[in-house]
Amino acid sequence: MSANDFAFLSDLLKRRSGMMLPTAKSHLIESRLAPVARRFGFKTVDALLHELPRGSEGMARAVTEAMTINDTWFFRDRAMFDAFRDTILPAMRIRRMTQGRIRIWCAASATGQEAYSLAMILQEAELAAHEWEIELIATDLNTDSIARAREGLYTNYEVQRGLGIRRLVSHFTQTGENEWRVSDSLRRSIMFRSFNLLDSFDWLGEVDVVFCRNVLLYFDDATKRRVLKKLVAATVRDGFLLMGTAENPHEIVPELEAATDARGVYTRTHPQQKRVRA
Amino acid sequence: MKSCLIVDDSRVIRKVAARILEELQFHTEEAEDGASALSVCRHSMPDVILLDWSMPNMPCQEFLRSVRKEKDGKRPKIVLCTTENDANHIADVLGAGADEYIMKPFDKASLSAKLAEIGAR
Repeated sequence: MSANDFAFLSDLLKRRSGMMLPTAKSHLIESRLAPVARRFGFKTVDALLHELPRGSEGMARAVTEAMTINDTWFFRDRAMFDAFRDTILPAMRIRRMTQGRIRIWCAASATGQEAYSLAMILQEAELAAHEWEIELIATDLNTDSIARAREGLYTNYEVQRGLGIRRLVSHFTQTGENEWRVSDSLRRSIMFRSFNLLDSFDWLGEVDVVFCRNVLLYFDDATKRRVLKKLVAATVRDGFLLMGTAENPHEIVPELEAATDARGVYTRTHPQQKRVRA
Repeated sequence: MKSCLIVDDSRVIRKVAARILEELQFHTEEAEDGASALSVCRHSMPDVILLDWSMPNMPCQEFLRSVRKEKDGKRPKIVLCTTENDANHIADVLGAGADEYIMKPFDKASLSAKLAEIGAR
């Protein structure tokens, strides 16, 4: 791969997804793009990259999506899901008592494991039995990932990562030697759609709990700040924002304050409180 | 350091499991069948037992029931490990006293997640 081809790819990714591609990560290029090269009829990844500047919209999109897939598993960072179940959900049940409605957004749900983990917690909390209306929205940049998430099919390996056997037995059915399907009730409880965090949030409205974990760390500082501000604005004032444990959003948006012992859980502080402290 | 007893008739599988468990900071012991596993438990009850489903000489349900009857036998977290992955087997071994169930082949990520699930890590 020539330096020009690398520069073009790196620029394309940044423009379309916000993702930075440091040269240290260039080892990912071959493995991620080999299937794309085959799909578009190229013998090698190098040949694909060489053609990319003159390629179609579909090719640019396929390359972006393949490069931005992130690893995920059920109940990844367990402490965060415990905080959701034990602190956030009880708090929102009190704060939204009158409305009887809670909106939750999984902003980078990849192949759906995080969204289904939340859906399991919500179902186990039996909110529906108490007339709660729960809106769980799961989005991802990658249209293939969203399609997979919507289908709810996972391999033996995927259902073993983070998912306890009792939850597996109660929320999944085995549909093949190496295939498990999420229950219809869980699938119906989530609204899946593909969405790029760089685009307008207008369709979304305000959300009580926002999960956006391990995405911003791939962005450059300016993009990170811009997207984070939009995420904060989308979170209702007394809601929660959950980030990856290695991201430190409060360093960028001082309005955010750690909410629980579990790392990565934030609330928005009231402007008055800030003034008192200052 | 927590201890884990690995019960499997295949020496290769025991070695692979032992290497993963040692990376996860477990002290490991090995047994090749149910009878020798029971005698290890009687000598010193481990914190975790990783138990192969298809052991020679003793069905795993029998081992589960026997070990649970031992002094301190309720304490270990028992993870069944098997290539049989249909839901009937799962219900059966959970009924006989297993805490978790892991399908082969497993790796460090999946075993680590399972151990976290039952609070053994």
